[in-house]
Amino acid sequence: MIRWLVGLIGWSLAATSALAADPVTIGVGYLGIAGTRSTLSLVEQPAENDGVAGARLAIEDNNTTGKFLNQRFTLEERRIKEGEDVVQAASALAEKNGFIVADLPADALLKVSDALRDRGTLLFNVGAIDERLREADCRANVIHTAPTRAMLADALGQYLVWKQWKRWLLVVGSHDEDKLFADALRRTATRFGAKIVQERTFEDKGGARRTDSGVTLIQRQMPVFTQQAPAYDVLVAADESEVFGAYLPYRTWDARPVAGSAGLVPRSWDAAQDQWGAIQMQNRFFKLNSRRMTALDMQAWTAVRMIGEATSRTNSGDVRKATDFIKGPDFSVAAFKGTRLTLRDWNLQLRQPILLVDGRMVVSVSPQEGFLHQVSELDTLGYDRPESKCKLK
Amino acid sequence: MQAEVSEVMRRSLRRDGAPPPPRAGEVRTARGRRSLLLRAALLMVLATTAAPAHAFIAYVSNEKSNTVSVIDTDSWTVTKTIKVGQRPRGIDFTRDGKFVLVAVGDDDTIQVIDAKTQTVVDSLPSGPDPELFAQDAAGKILYVANENDNTVTVIDLEKRARLGDIQVGVEPEGMTISPDGKTLINTSETTNMAHFIDTASRQIVANVLVDARPRFAEFKHDSSEVWVSSEIGGTVSIIDPRKHEVIGKVTFEIPGLRKEAIQPVGIGMTKDDKTAFIALGPANRIAVVDVATRKVTKYLLVGQRVWHVAFTPDEKYLLTTNGVSNDVSVIDVAAQKVIKTIQVGELPWGVTIAP
Repeated sequence: MIRWLVGLIGWSLAATSALAADPVTIGVGYLGIAGTRSTLSLVEQPAENDGVAGARLAIEDNNTTGKFLNQRFTLEERRIKEGEDVVQAASALAEKNGFIVADLPADALLKVSDALRDRGTLLFNVGAIDERLREADCRANVIHTAPTRAMLADALGQYLVWKQWKRWLLVVGSHDEDKLFADALRRTATRFGAKIVQERTFEDKGGARRTDSGVTLIQRQMPVFTQQAPAYDVLVAADESEVFGAYLPYRTWDARPVAGSAGLVPRSWDAAQDQWGAIQMQNRFFKLNSRRMTALDMQAWTAVRMIGEATSRTNSGDVRKATDFIKGPDFSVAAFKGTRLTLRDWNLQLRQPILLVDGRMVVSVSPQEGFLHQVSELDTLGYDRPESKCKLK
Repeated sequence: MQAEVSEVMRRSLRRDGAPPPPRAGEVRTARGRRSLLLRAALLMVLATTAAPAHAFIAYVSNEKSNTVSVIDTDSWTVTKTIKVGQRPRGIDFTRDGKFVLVAVGDDDTIQVIDAKTQTVVDSLPSGPDPELFAQDAAGKILYVANENDNTVTVIDLEKRARLGDIQVGVEPEGMTISPDGKTLINTSETTNMAHFIDTASRQIVANVLVDARPRFAEFKHDSSEVWVSSEIGGTVSIIDPRKHEVIGKVTFEIPGLRKEAIQPVGIGMTKDDKTAFIALGPANRIAVVDVATRKVTKYLLVGQRVWHVAFTPDEKYLLTTNGVSNDVSVIDVAAQKVIKTIQVGELPWGVTIAP
């Protein structure tokens, strides 16, 4: 924060001495929920500024570019506490900010997008991976930089099939989002020729994620839970709720790898990603935030960079012009993933390669070689144009 | 292709511990040794009469191995491998031909290799993570792009001292200097601009927006145009350096290859400004471009992930560094054909040839 302020002050000093005209100010709002969720692994516990830290770095990057174009970017952060009205908060943010980066659950995002539709605010969904936001519930004023469950599942599935691990034991959590991820994994299996040999449900009976007695009990439970399975190559876990997934690796009855919500995990970004010039980005992020960069940070960075890209290409701070440019055929953004990222014009989802990571390394990047597509190989991940139910309005 | 395969096979043989295959003419009897000597003498006679006297020395930086491979362009073999610092990328001869400068990004410095002894003799005070650099015409001043802190560092080559920094866009990379030495061009990868810097005042005089992730800039020898490659944008922008405007673009289309795989990086332009050779990264090809019409006339298949190119001083050959296949392709410039592949270290990146 301080660094950012110092940067801004330094920038404004430079601006007053070098530039005659006042810079065009481009306001970006960041709307999120207060508090963080609990994860099984302590090292994966998100920081309080998860997401917004990425947006802040992109604001810095945009301002470095902006000083050559007389454009200045600002970030206003708003976190909703329990019981607060999200629409009210969004409307207040939209007063000064033509662009809003939102890390909200699907229902809240839809409320906000409908409330801001007539105002012309452009929203970026950086957090919600729900398919329905790009399908039946898609909106013309919402751009999605977060990947979807189907994209993540397909990215994992392509690799498992390439590896010839085609027999999956699917273990599903008992919460709704676990079931949605399981749906995506089933679709992937059908698309790419994998076989789910059996499905098991892991009931969430409540309980703490941290205990003093530690692993003793887990070490007894997990082998028992996974025994007597039909022959399988890989255990695929659907546990977005962080109830059991991370307990599975090295504890399955049979010696099998784990993938999905634990083990080999599909993500839009990872702290270990250092290919395609990403090391510069990782260094910049660490310098600014004193921690490593998460997938949510990257999704927010990409959103704010898309705004910067649009305002520099159109040489204007006008939201409508930027929106038209982003939705137009010439738009692309570079995001350290080895290829240009573009928008699916039928539902405003950002096409992107998905990393497969194990917590320490990037194991692979999907789409995998050999998964072909007539338009873009990135469209082998997730729902394609002919399948889409989205009608943008 | 054939040469590549057999080279790989030989290497794997050696790794397996099997003895290297005997070279032609190598025999182990006393009589044989005499005959070998005789053959050698004969060869020398032949060499002095028939072989051209234009052998050059090429230096290739290997990003992953932390080495520089030295290639003799007469025999097309690696004659020496020099250990350098971490992550060597940008590489260039000093103007006097006495030293080779190599940017070792992860050690935050530029190392100096003595071309005579082929050993590292010194290092320069560049800023953090240097990648590419340019020298002024006299070879006295070095301009270095520092990817990590959005600056171009100015270094006095004789005193080995840092003279100052110039603030540019996010992730500065490509560097070139105009033939008259008055204008320095720097490209910044995330800002997507070519910055025109006046070398006398060290001030930016213009910023030209180009396509995404600009990586390399090259002046035409007659100074009339600057060519800037955009890796992610997949184009080469042609800029008028007087008006500071993009006046044209080179685009690429390769049947059967998806557009995303075409990622232009290195550019080499012949001295007559008639032909440009552009490395297309994961498209595994060099595009041959007619400079006048700005159209691609031919695509030459080289190794995988081709990064940068360098001409031999007589412009008979062009060398390309192929990152993923760990080799260097040799192109016969007149015939526009790939004639040779040379195995080097891991992830070859930059290449420079003794003047």
